[in-house]
Amino acid sequence: MTWTNPLTLLRHGWTRHWNPDRPVRTVVSNLPFEDLKKREQPNRRYEGNAIRTNKYRLWSFIPMNLFEQFHRMANIYFVGLAILNFVPVVNAFQPEVALIPICIILALTAVKDGWEDFRRYQTDQQLNNTPCFIFSRYEMSYLIKRWKDVRVGDFVRVLSNEIIPADILLLHTSDPNGVCHMETANLDGETSLKQRKVVPGFSSLGEPFQPQTFDSTVVCENPNNNLNLFKGYVERPDKRRTGFGIDSLLLRGCMVRNTDDAAGIVVYAGHETKSMLNNSGPRYKRSKIERKMNTDVLFCVVLLFFMCLIGALGHAIWLETFSSMPSYIVPDSNGNYTPSVLAGFYMFFTMIILLQVMIPVSLYVSIELVKMGQIFFITQDVELYDEELDRRVQCRALNITEDLGQIQYVFSDKTGTLTENKMVFRRCSVMGTEYCHEENAARLAVISGANEEEEVTIYQQTKLPPLFPLEELQDVHTGDKNHANTQVTAASRRRSKVAAEAQSDMETVVVPDRKLILEVDRQMASIQTGPYLDFFLALAICNTVLVSSVTAQRQRVRVNVADLAGAERVGDVLRALTHSTKTYSVQQICQKVISSERKVKSGLSGSEEVCYEAHSPDEAALIHAAKAYGFTMMERTPHYVTVKLPDEALLKFEVLDILTFDSTRRRMSIIVRHPHTKEIIMYTKGADSAIMERLGNVFSDCCSKIKCVEQWCGWKAVCFSLKVISEQEFRAWSAVRQEALSAIEEKEERLMETANFIESSFTLLGATGIEDRLQESVPETIQALRRAGMQVWVLTGDKPETAINIAYSCKLLEHEDLVFTFSTNRKVLQCQLTNASVPEQSLICVSQPVSSGKLGCIGLVIDGPTLSMAMSDELVEQFVELCKHCRAVLCCRVTPLQKSAVVKLIRQKLRVMTLAVGDGANDVNMIQAADVGIGVSGQEGMQAVMASDFAITRFKHLQRLLLVHGHWCYSRLANMVIYFFYKNVAYVNLLFWYQFFCGFSATAMIDYWLMIFFNLFFTSAPPIMFGIMEKEVSDSTLLSLPELYKRGQHSEGYRRSTFWIAILDAFYQSLVCFFIPYWTYNGSDIGIFAFGTPMNTVSLFTIILHLAIEIKSWTAVHWVIMIGSVLVYFIVTLAYSAICISCNPPSDPYWIMHKQMADPMFYLVCILTTVVALLPR
Amino acid sequence: IMASSYGAKEEDGHHPGSAGLGGAAIRTKKPDNTAFKQQRLPAWQPILTAGTVLPAFFIIGLIFIPIGIGLYVTSNNIKEFELDYTGTDMSSPCFNCSQSWNSTNTCKCELFFSLDQPFESNVFMYYGLSNFYQNHRRYVKSRDDSQLNGDERSLKEPSKECEPYRTNENKPIAPCGAIANSMFNDTLDLFYIDPNGKKRPISLTKKGIAWWTDKHVKFRNPGGSNSNLTTVFKDTAKPVNWHKPVYELDVDIENNGFINEDFIVWMRTAALPTFRKLYRIIQKNNDMTPTLPRGNYSLAVTYNYPVRSFEGRKRMILSTISWMGGKNPFLGIAYITVGSICFFLGVVLLFIHHKYGNRNNSSDIAS
Repeated sequence: MTWTNPLTLLRHGWTRHWNPDRPVRTVVSNLPFEDLKKREQPNRRYEGNAIRTNKYRLWSFIPMNLFEQFHRMANIYFVGLAILNFVPVVNAFQPEVALIPICIILALTAVKDGWEDFRRYQTDQQLNNTPCFIFSRYEMSYLIKRWKDVRVGDFVRVLSNEIIPADILLLHTSDPNGVCHMETANLDGETSLKQRKVVPGFSSLGEPFQPQTFDSTVVCENPNNNLNLFKGYVERPDKRRTGFGIDSLLLRGCMVRNTDDAAGIVVYAGHETKSMLNNSGPRYKRSKIERKMNTDVLFCVVLLFFMCLIGALGHAIWLETFSSMPSYIVPDSNGNYTPSVLAGFYMFFTMIILLQVMIPVSLYVSIELVKMGQIFFITQDVELYDEELDRRVQCRALNITEDLGQIQYVFSDKTGTLTENKMVFRRCSVMGTEYCHEENAARLAVISGANEEEEVTIYQQTKLPPLFPLEELQDVHTGDKNHANTQVTAASRRRSKVAAEAQSDMETVVVPDRKLILEVDRQMASIQTGPYLDFFLALAICNTVLVSSVTAQRQRVRVNVADLAGAERVGDVLRALTHSTKTYSVQQICQKVISSERKVKSGLSGSEEVCYEAHSPDEAALIHAAKAYGFTMMERTPHYVTVKLPDEALLKFEVLDILTFDSTRRRMSIIVRHPHTKEIIMYTKGADSAIMERLGNVFSDCCSKIKCVEQWCGWKAVCFSLKVISEQEFRAWSAVRQEALSAIEEKEERLMETANFIESSFTLLGATGIEDRLQESVPETIQALRRAGMQVWVLTGDKPETAINIAYSCKLLEHEDLVFTFSTNRKVLQCQLTNASVPEQSLICVSQPVSSGKLGCIGLVIDGPTLSMAMSDELVEQFVELCKHCRAVLCCRVTPLQKSAVVKLIRQKLRVMTLAVGDGANDVNMIQAADVGIGVSGQEGMQAVMASDFAITRFKHLQRLLLVHGHWCYSRLANMVIYFFYKNVAYVNLLFWYQFFCGFSATAMIDYWLMIFFNLFFTSAPPIMFGIMEKEVSDSTLLSLPELYKRGQHSEGYRRSTFWIAILDAFYQSLVCFFIPYWTYNGSDIGIFAFGTPMNTVSLFTIILHLAIEIKSWTAVHWVIMIGSVLVYFIVTLAYSAICISCNPPSDPYWIMHKQMADPMFYLVCILTTVVALLPR
Repeated sequence: IMASSYGAKEEDGHHPGSAGLGGAAIRTKKPDNTAFKQQRLPAWQPILTAGTVLPAFFIIGLIFIPIGIGLYVTSNNIKEFELDYTGTDMSSPCFNCSQSWNSTNTCKCELFFSLDQPFESNVFMYYGLSNFYQNHRRYVKSRDDSQLNGDERSLKEPSKECEPYRTNENKPIAPCGAIANSMFNDTLDLFYIDPNGKKRPISLTKKGIAWWTDKHVKFRNPGGSNSNLTTVFKDTAKPVNWHKPVYELDVDIENNGFINEDFIVWMRTAALPTFRKLYRIIQKNNDMTPTLPRGNYSLAVTYNYPVRSFEGRKRMILSTISWMGGKNPFLGIAYITVGSICFFLGVVLLFIHHKYGNRNNSSDIAS
């Protein structure tokens, strides 16, 4: 070994861990450096793949855990007191014994932490030792190694159904198209498959991937936790750069599906992988009660301070009264007496030690136990269980259960939260003609009115035939229709239990409109092109839906590869034929290839059943609508989309580019080359506004179309448009696009620019209306929340018309309500206007509730741009003031950031408890901003759930969660906290009163062990049980009388006054518990501990019976715990005083309890004292 | 801390989608529909109404008043006689003794008193001290229980708690500590003065004044069966304030050393600054005459114990005893008072309930 400069070593060590100067990460292949020492490896800086999520190591467990625990003030306080007890001049108890309670609490916590940490360690070990394939240069093949051996720069191969060990840049797959599917269920809970592409230029078809030839450098961004964003480029030795994005990255923890094997280079490993960076664990929020409680703990400290001060002064004055020292004042070891002032000063600290229990040690531990119990019962609630998703309510934040009982403002998302987010195709408009799909509407009515069982079926049967003469139906459609019909009948028979199944069929089965079918057929037969065909092609193509057959979905798909190749051949034939004969009927060609096509079909799916895996439900609705009209998307690969036309012909489009959907553009486009005409066509779909403003070549009927779309206010309107791009134009754009793709800085902005550039001057094809149905019992839930005194706001990204419509249907707005609508469409022009009008309006509103009390209900509808204006500094006060007077507020077209800004604004300005409920990624901000965030696990993945504190499956569960569990948790916890304070003060005051009779010398008349046990065992279980199981009002009462919820909103369960009343009560009871025994035994020959025993017993009875009076419902558990506590007290005390002869030196409990229990006076004192102490109650 | 790790556990068990992959054996997450988990356990819900509260008041009142009367009567039947012999008054016979106290020479004084009523049954003789804070924290601690339990090692090496009464002239003090050091050492003798003026000593039993458990279990002489206490305590020093060493407390071997009952009684520290401790028992005679007949008595005091420094008082108490212990009317009065208050409240509430309860009901019906 050569001597190295320690400074360089230090620097090495530093850079290995963190290099802030480098904005990008450069990864090269490890293979050429395989035999080098670790220090010379080029990728040595990056972390290895072994993970360690356990906080402690074996040797550092005790110090680290103690350090963690001492972050809690209470622990420091008690340890401080215990240490103080070791100072000889001030100690009150045996110093070793005084350590016991804090040690028990610390040890309990440490054992729990240690156990959990050990479990984490075990799972880590299991993960780290999972086998995987790593390429080795010596063996020239993949070797089985462990996950922990994976390093950045290694080449790793993952087989189908295997879990990906690290973040891998995909360089090779077995799929001829260079795609690889992965399931991200472990990461975000979405079970749909995600498609990943090989980095362009590496998908050398057919030939095996040879990692040893990889000589490029991978440059990518530093590790971050964004699961949907990744950018970088591969630089070849010849300086050529190829960009890649998130669609080339295999994420750790995901599972490879439908792909035989995939290989790539590791770019992030271990803790730097995206999944690990996302794994932040559950959140720690402090609840309102806890904040309040902490101030009350401070009050207790002040009280304690005064009591100690009284003790100190009393002791000093008492000492002053003696002219010479009596024999019972013990001098120090040198025989000197401490001056009385100094003795008083010492006494102050001794008193703190003696009365330390005033600050409840066990309160924090008990609260955590109680919350665990409460969470257990919430998750066990069968009413909150969703049969359909097989999911219970999830509690992710563990310490804010009682906040559920104090909510004042509810902010809700619309789509997916209030509504099903299951889209149903309702109508469409092509070429200015509107086609109402009334049958779909009729069917919807059936489902929503599922309570009229049989009539529904009759209604269905009678209504359909005249509208839908059988003879006019084509084969495909009869099938569909019958299917639907039986489904509906079945659904209504089996009622809501299987309604879910029927509902999922609702979106897939679309009954086509007769007129439209005819129109399509006419065009199909005659000209082969035309707006109708284009419209449906757009419907079928312009999406990101993946096709998978039902059976092949989750299997290895080796068989499919051959068939896919076959499909390609068919496509080739088709293309060749169409090329030569342009006007040739496709039908004829199809007949020619029908034999080969059938083969393909059988290989692909075996039947007509094609399964779509759509990311969003509206895509699913649209593609199913297209399918109903005969335009079935058969296959999607990165380069081709195959569509089957109504006449069974297959049309294979070459995909040139896809501009994916994002929430700012609010549209997506697909650029394809038409197989017949070779034209480059861009199909774009998007929200009506996003399309309308970019229409170039305006049809004459455009205006009527717009009007027609505007009228569909209840439904989500999606417009489709088309644009033909010339070859040069596309090529020029494509170059810019590629550059943007490989960019690292400002990649998103540049991509956006390019997208905006190409997405202009469309030709409008048509529009579709999709309806999103309300979830069951949403209006009832909103009504109940309202009655419970909560303000319900709806924040949605939808347009105002849709939002208002939904608001009316879910009873958020009533028809007699006065609704103000603020909106600014022309931003610049109206900016001034609104600036003036908002305050004016608000003034009117403020005066309105006063003048027109009978109306009282004001709804406010405000849209995004206006909202941002209203939230500007000068208007924000008026806006908040206005909102206070509104019964319902509806914010439309708001961005996720605005959602969270609104929540924050209300939370801060009005100082209220807020709750946000949402289901999608766009609600994450809002959920995190609110005091309580609720995620609805629905159609849009798990992001909202991951960010939430509680996760439910239906909006209606909110009612039970808040009104029942929230109320319970709140009142239970509030009562328990109050009781805890009471209990400790009552007990400690016994000791305090005694000080007046022992010269303020801090004597305890109760044996110290019994004092410890008193808090730890005898009186700890009942309040915990009280906090978990108390039920002052039954759930049915709470649900039928939501007004009861207001008690929690106004914090009536736990107020300063209740706290002080409890303290006063404690004072009274302790006085009674002290002075009745005092007068009874005054002047007799009773010993100290014989005097303390009845007091201890009496206060146990008082404390337990006090709780018994508080308990409103007694179950068997209550009885067992209450009686058990008393029994345990007697057993332990008897045993202790029988065994302990000289075990606890200052006190001599020996046989005292027995002596006392043989004395009838003991019982008489106990009965009298308990009755007197509890008489005021 | 607890919260966060609990969450991790929760998540381990819950991988969304994993249940779906399980295939045929779908493990449903549906919570058990049991009464406990659904919080539907059969519950008794006591509701405080006039119907339940009023009888409670009456019952408490009816039970407490007889108990109180019983206690009061019992307490009144107990005969008690107190005699203060501190000697702060010039007129008191013990005045001289109290003024000039020193540890070397003993001072004797004699007080005369008369009993108005005869004391039947056993009479307990107490000495009482007031303003003596035997419950001072450092005083209470200043003892070594294992030494008193006969532990040889503690005898040689007394506990640190005994400081500064742990060693004297490099010899361990036995028994060590402030409590033992300040042991009450007055001697009281009681004489009955016949109507003809003759002084007759009354026999005082010193056996049985301490708890049986203390005498036989808690306190033991070191050296086990070695009955020669002088050799056992050979290397120890007597407490500074004591006149004689511990093995000379009594001549009776069963009442000497640590198991001397006067010593044991003293070592059980009193709870309150004014206390009495059992000194002797005057056993009831076999014949029909009362234990202490009416008449004149004299108390001869060997005055050793100083109380002037804390302005304390010393008393001699003669008392008969009942099942409820010594004379104390408080508990009886308290029971009677509480019982009466309950009864009274019950009546008042019944009246209110009768008058306004009906009105409420009728108004409810009317509206």
